[in-house]
Amino acid sequence: MRNSVKTWVLIGPGLGWISLLLVIPCALIFVYAFFERGVYGGVDYIFTFENFQRAFHPLYMGIFLQSAKIAGLATLISILIAYPTAAAITQAPRQWQTVLLILVIMPFWSNYLIRTYAWIVMLNREGLINNGLAYLGVIDDPLPLLYNNFAVVTGLVYNYTPFVVLAIYSSLTRINPEIIEASYDLGGSGWTTFRRVTLPQTVSGAAAGGVFVFVLSIGNFITPDLLGGGRVQMVGNLIYDQFLSARDWPFGAALSLFLILVMMALLFTQAVLTNRAAGDRGAA
Amino acid sequence: MAHKSSRFLNLHLCLFYIFLYVPILVLMVLSFNKAGLPTVWTGFSLEWYSKLWQSKEILSAARNTLVVAVSATVLATIVGTLLAVGVETRRQSSALDAVLFAPMIIPDIVLAIALLSFYSLLNFTLGLHSIILSHTVFNIAFVAAVVRTRMRNFDHSILEASADLGGSEVTTFFRVLLPAIAPGVIAGALLSFTLSIDEFIIAFFTAGPGSASTTLPMQIYAMIRFGVTPEINAMATIVMFVSFAIVIIAQRADKGAFTR
Repeated sequence: MRNSVKTWVLIGPGLGWISLLLVIPCALIFVYAFFERGVYGGVDYIFTFENFQRAFHPLYMGIFLQSAKIAGLATLISILIAYPTAAAITQAPRQWQTVLLILVIMPFWSNYLIRTYAWIVMLNREGLINNGLAYLGVIDDPLPLLYNNFAVVTGLVYNYTPFVVLAIYSSLTRINPEIIEASYDLGGSGWTTFRRVTLPQTVSGAAAGGVFVFVLSIGNFITPDLLGGGRVQMVGNLIYDQFLSARDWPFGAALSLFLILVMMALLFTQAVLTNRAAGDRGAA
Repeated sequence: MAHKSSRFLNLHLCLFYIFLYVPILVLMVLSFNKAGLPTVWTGFSLEWYSKLWQSKEILSAARNTLVVAVSATVLATIVGTLLAVGVETRRQSSALDAVLFAPMIIPDIVLAIALLSFYSLLNFTLGLHSIILSHTVFNIAFVAAVVRTRMRNFDHSILEASADLGGSEVTTFFRVLLPAIAPGVIAGALLSFTLSIDEFIIAFFTAGPGSASTTLPMQIYAMIRFGVTPEINAMATIVMFVSFAIVIIAQRADKGAFTR
């Protein structure tokens, strides 16, 4: 009895806070999604499925697919960049590894808006890249690097690759070095050892990091807004518009629910993958 | 063979650091550029920094951000630490873990609209206080996560020892447990402070109308929408140095947790 009182004194305030200002508001969004839009922007409490039917309209499905495509591309590129990075850090002398990792995460702790803005400076018509290429004589006219899918993917990759490096690094350091040695001793080349020994043991780590990038990218608002310059529509911007300009809260709520469902499915996959990774470790 | 591949890996690592740091460095360098041009260097100047210092809106936004970040951090550190201790000393519950994980992974745009809907349903007046309440939600989750990691690396038998020696629950908490997890608590507090200082969307939706409760990220967003200016570069440079300084302190505070 005494023990459970103590537990509730400790857990109560935090659990209460999260319940009041996260669980209940999200439940409210769930409820709003089934009501009609009010004439002056609010919510009319008339039950309807219309918001969901509208969400499946080709126009909005197109935006969902576009978001998934951009998020998927950002995920793939992040993994391709992060894998060799993590591998290089694992091979560095032990005392250097912490410093190298801190250098990877460091930019992540600066303001997200500022990191995104930095790419406006890099990619604009007079930015470092265009001016640099013009200086070298590679191009005559500036390339349209900003306000398109390319810019959005670049921004997402820039912001989220550090996560993937950490995920892959931690799965690489879990590999028993004796197994790698055994592969060499048995005559496996560097490539064979990588493909048959290292890669299978790190796939789940890379996938877990990748799911993270995908989830953060698909619901992103700032990157498509600033680097897409209004020309790249993603779900996050669509939800934003429903609440601030279109003032159609129920439809915005339905879109949010859809987004949460997609994310939960992905995170569930990630949990399964992480468990499997833990299983690998047990086996090794 | 192994030698050649490791040379390739090191080259890749260098390129990756260039990719990470060049955009930041370019920003910083251009913040000292005399002319307001995005790329052409026209000489060193501190003009943009002094402009920032003279801007009433920016100073007021900076003050608002500090008020929000400090308040949300104090609240979240107390509540989050208690939460972590409570969760780690009872049996595991995956339902509870899911609730604690939710604030960290929910898209901020979704949490923002959910909070806005909730506040307007209650006819709750919006302002700095509503931003503080909203920021505390995700800060609690992050503080709890950091402190829980620390709790797991610590020997629970010293709590029993304290009880055996006649220490009350409260004495044990303040004299034994808290000093042991202090580095985690400090790291959690600093993490929550940086998150709060940088947070934009939730503040944007829960600030209410008018500019009285505009925070620095909201101000930065408005300026970026307006165009590329050396003033943003100067502000970005200051904000980045503050964030980096905090992270380095946090890293040092919780060093024990990293090396153990």
